[in-house]
Amino acid sequence: MVSAAATGSSLEARAWSALAEVPDPELPLVSVVDLGLIGRLDATSERIRVELLPTFVGCHALEVMQAAIVERLTDLAPIVEVEPVFDPPWTSDRITADGRRRLAAMGIAPPGPASNDLISLDAPVACPLCGSTRTRLENGFGPTQCRTIRYCLACRNPFEAFKPV
Amino acid sequence: MTTTRLGLAAAFPPDTLHALEGLLGAMADDELVLGYWDSEWTGIAPMLEEDVAMSSLAQDEIGHARALYALLGELRDEDPDHLAYDRDVADLRHARLLDHPRTDWAFSIARRWLYDEADAVRLEALAGSAFSPLAELVGKIRREEVYHRLHATAWLRRLADADGEPRERLLAAWRTLLPDAATVFTPLDGEQRLVAAGVIAATNGELETRWRQDIGGTCRELGLAVPGPAADPMHGRTTHGEAVAWLWGEATMVRRLDPEATW
Repeated sequence: MVSAAATGSSLEARAWSALAEVPDPELPLVSVVDLGLIGRLDATSERIRVELLPTFVGCHALEVMQAAIVERLTDLAPIVEVEPVFDPPWTSDRITADGRRRLAAMGIAPPGPASNDLISLDAPVACPLCGSTRTRLENGFGPTQCRTIRYCLACRNPFEAFKPV
Repeated sequence: MTTTRLGLAAAFPPDTLHALEGLLGAMADDELVLGYWDSEWTGIAPMLEEDVAMSSLAQDEIGHARALYALLGELRDEDPDHLAYDRDVADLRHARLLDHPRTDWAFSIARRWLYDEADAVRLEALAGSAFSPLAELVGKIRREEVYHRLHATAWLRRLADADGEPRERLLAAWRTLLPDAATVFTPLDGEQRLVAAGVIAATNGELETRWRQDIGGTCRELGLAVPGPAADPMHGRTTHGEAVAWLWGEATMVRRLDPEATW
């Protein structure tokens, strides 16, 4: 006989695996797990509750992600709840090593450390195309709320960088 | 979470709760109106990079407004979109600083800097709020605001240090905005109760003093007058002008076509 705890934990593991297949709609190679967007996850056979940590308060991809998560998990439990929460606050330090590699593969420089309150736009950022750190900030804002625009002085390409936030 | 928030709020006496609603509403209206003014630059900013920046800033501010209306909506058990948009312009409670039209680039930058620095002081006073859903939201907003302040400060210095027209336009903006700069700190009904309950760390009067201390050094360095008290403190968040009436018409145009529509 399988204990309730074991069932619960295996369901939880399946839920995490399923979430690892839900992409960020603005970064299709990177999953919501890679980005560290999943806070607490509670799974029972009746109900799965997922806490989703928005990257930005006004992130317009949030509803799309909520719907995608519900759709992906709906086979695992009859009730799936996805609740955006700000506790703990999402920071770019939550992005996993895998997530950072995938961002770079998409041509987006992964963020530097953001764990303190002294977020700096002056920290060196390596070009995701050639690896040079001879890059400069072109714009503290970008095509989505979480990105900046930089220019590589070595390979002379513009590129996007994920904001440390 | 909803029940937790309502439970927390229910622990406040009715007068305190009413004051909290006033605070959330004023902050939300500030962010919404500024966000819409910023969005007016989309497509016509002085350079492409600033088009991107202003559009992103607008999205951030309207996002903050939305989250604040959502909190207010939970307290009042009302739909946040209804609270935000189904109002006459006279019912908005944004600071008079935000009542002025977008005007030119120097004007928008000057206002953004004055407001961002004031907002930073207000947010700091809410970071440890006894109303924890607000403290959590503010924690998140403050991380975003780092980028807003870097942007506004860089442009303020650039305009102030330039000779000729850029500086002249900045000085003209300063003259227009200065009498209303401190209206962000217009005292709110019952704010003493909020301080007593630990919802906010200080009164608006105290926050205004902190803001003036914070920005004084930069103002003097750039040869800009340090803002004094609001010229018309009795109407710091009421009696809106034609510019915002027009903006509000634009902002609510689609919703007014069919308030029952779902998206």
